[in-house]
Amino acid sequence: MKTAARSRFARIEGLPIIVVSVLIIGLFMITAPSVFLRPEIYTSTMLSTAPPLILLATGLTFVIAAGEIDLSFPSIIGFSGCAFAILFKLHGLGWIAILAALAAGVLIGFINGVLVAKVGIPSFIATLGTGFFWNGMATFWSGGKSYALRGVEDTSVYQILVGNLPIGDPATYVWYSQISVQAVWMAAIVVFLWFVLNRHRFGEHILFIGDSNDVSRVVGVDVDWEKIKLFTMMGLLAAIAAIMLTLENRNYFGNQGQGYLLTAIAAVLIGGTSIFGGKATIVGTVFGAVLIYLMEPGLVAAGATAETVQIMRGLVFLIAVIFYLFMDEPARRRALLARFMIRTSSGPAKPAGERPAQPTRGS
Amino acid sequence: MTAAMAESASFANIVRLAGVQKYFGAVHALRNINMAVGRNEIVGLIGDNGAGKSTLIKTITGVHKPTSGRIFVRDKEIDLDAYSVGKAHDLSIETVYQDKSLGEKQPLWRNFFVGRQIVNRFGFIDVKKEKEIANDILLNTIGFRGVGISVDSTVQLLSGGERQGISIGRAMHFNSDLIILDEPTAALGVKEVRKVLDFVRRIKESGRASIYIEHNLAHVHEVADRLIVLDRGEIVAEIRPSEMTVAELTKYLINIQHER
Ligand SMILES: Nc1ncnc2c1ncn2[C@@H]1O[C@H](COP(=O)(O)OP(=O)(O)OP(=O)(O)O)[C@@H](O)[C@H]1O
Ligand SMILES: [Mg+2]
Repeated sequence: MKTAARSRFARIEGLPIIVVSVLIIGLFMITAPSVFLRPEIYTSTMLSTAPPLILLATGLTFVIAAGEIDLSFPSIIGFSGCAFAILFKLHGLGWIAILAALAAGVLIGFINGVLVAKVGIPSFIATLGTGFFWNGMATFWSGGKSYALRGVEDTSVYQILVGNLPIGDPATYVWYSQISVQAVWMAAIVVFLWFVLNRHRFGEHILFIGDSNDVSRVVGVDVDWEKIKLFTMMGLLAAIAAIMLTLENRNYFGNQGQGYLLTAIAAVLIGGTSIFGGKATIVGTVFGAVLIYLMEPGLVAAGATAETVQIMRGLVFLIAVIFYLFMDEPARRRALLARFMIRTSSGPAKPAGERPAQPTRGS
Repeated sequence: MTAAMAESASFANIVRLAGVQKYFGAVHALRNINMAVGRNEIVGLIGDNGAGKSTLIKTITGVHKPTSGRIFVRDKEIDLDAYSVGKAHDLSIETVYQDKSLGEKQPLWRNFFVGRQIVNRFGFIDVKKEKEIANDILLNTIGFRGVGISVDSTVQLLSGGERQGISIGRAMHFNSDLIILDEPTAALGVKEVRKVLDFVRRIKESGRASIYIEHNLAHVHEVADRLIVLDRGEIVAEIRPSEMTVAELTKYLINIQHER
């Protein structure tokens, strides 16, 4: 049966973005073979600098799946990174600086969650506010200075969290000796979070909350508490990203998180997570992040400027969102087709997407 | 569930409300409600749109906290501050809501178990087992055979009747002592209405209780042991259907309306 085969094919998680990523990377291999046909772009470049983006996008997948948004994570990166850099460099606290940075992320995320779930501020507004606040706090604490972490390569913090895997001889520059430790951490966290979203009670609750807060309450989901956990988790992931960034750059600067706001959100939505919540794919997000990431070297190698990269990212983002909108919402798709006078069914039967309106009183 | 069943001999009323009031801001949705449901009684709840029927049952199921008043389950008073939907489930109270009680974009198997998933001690769901049970409910309890609906189908693809079937199948599976039905026949075809009424009868036969909200008087009259009439948040009459025909009942209700 045609539909059975089609639905089995369509059931591969993140399929559209996987296809598009493969096509675009294939295209880059043709336009910039010197870059994209060599392993280094994927191993030493991507695996050492893309993990923060992928982690942030994975966290945002949960947030968007719940029908919420977090705009404060770039500032969490700023503040947690600042906490880490100052405690590490000025106070020589080593691993305690790591714990402090993680704790800062958890605390900020928790506050976001309380503002959204208990105080009832829409997350868009709440996290916009806390984003300003913590960005200011980070600048205040760091005095607006950047902190270079010279000699950090020799510490256990660096070697365990970032740096290269101890395989092969790094001096020979074979590709597998260039695989970064943070890529391994990132992969472990992402795989774990895939199971949380798809196999854990928390993930199921997040999907139902994104579907409808009212339905979730009625079936016994503690909506407020799950949302607090959600924003707390996002805070923690942002803190991990901050530590990775600061260590990888061997430098802290206040704006290090700002570039991630649009790219991380774009990665999630390009990946196929629904902008309306209730439906999410971490596989899609990872491919979305890889695509967003590789567009820069890909376009630059083809002679494009930074502005062009931005324009192209914006375009891909919009095209993807529109594509999923019409894929996911049969009623919308039919309305569009109808506008162009394309008949999809015989007879004047009304589309199945339009159900008789149910009384919604008393919900 | 089993613990609740074991105690079943020792109580008279599965649920009793005493002086329950509910305000939504300035809206006085429930006024001094006193009512009880026997442990093997089908109580029909009738009244106009906005009378407060849904609000009343949502206080029983832990969705809304009453502004004041007391609620007893199996003759024991419950702590309303700690009451919740989860607690109501634990007390073996199950609801089929009039408006959506299913996650639209979620597969059926998740909808059957959400809120009380089969999990290991780390909270990870036993997907295989949940799907097996869901499939069994689908085939044997609800009787969806050969209609192209599987446990992986999402709710948004189902018709209104099929949705009601899913909710009812869920209630039946969890074997509750009190099953609350909020307009389960709304937007259903004749055949599906029959199924729902049969289900209400089965609740009675199996020794359990039900509160059944319904606008169609013929339907409640057919299955209820007792009817409670709600008007603007107040109980205004209690009727035994055996003492009146449907026509008399209709007239009686119209008269009540005029008097007030
Ligand atoms: N969550 C809420 N917030 C504010 N007001 C509410 C809420 N739920 C119900 N109400 C109000 O309480 C009153 C009773 O509503 P309810 O839904 O209980 O009526 P009902 O008897 O179930 O009506 P219907 O037959 O239309 O389902 C209405 O005036 C309604 O607007
Ligand atoms: Mg109602």
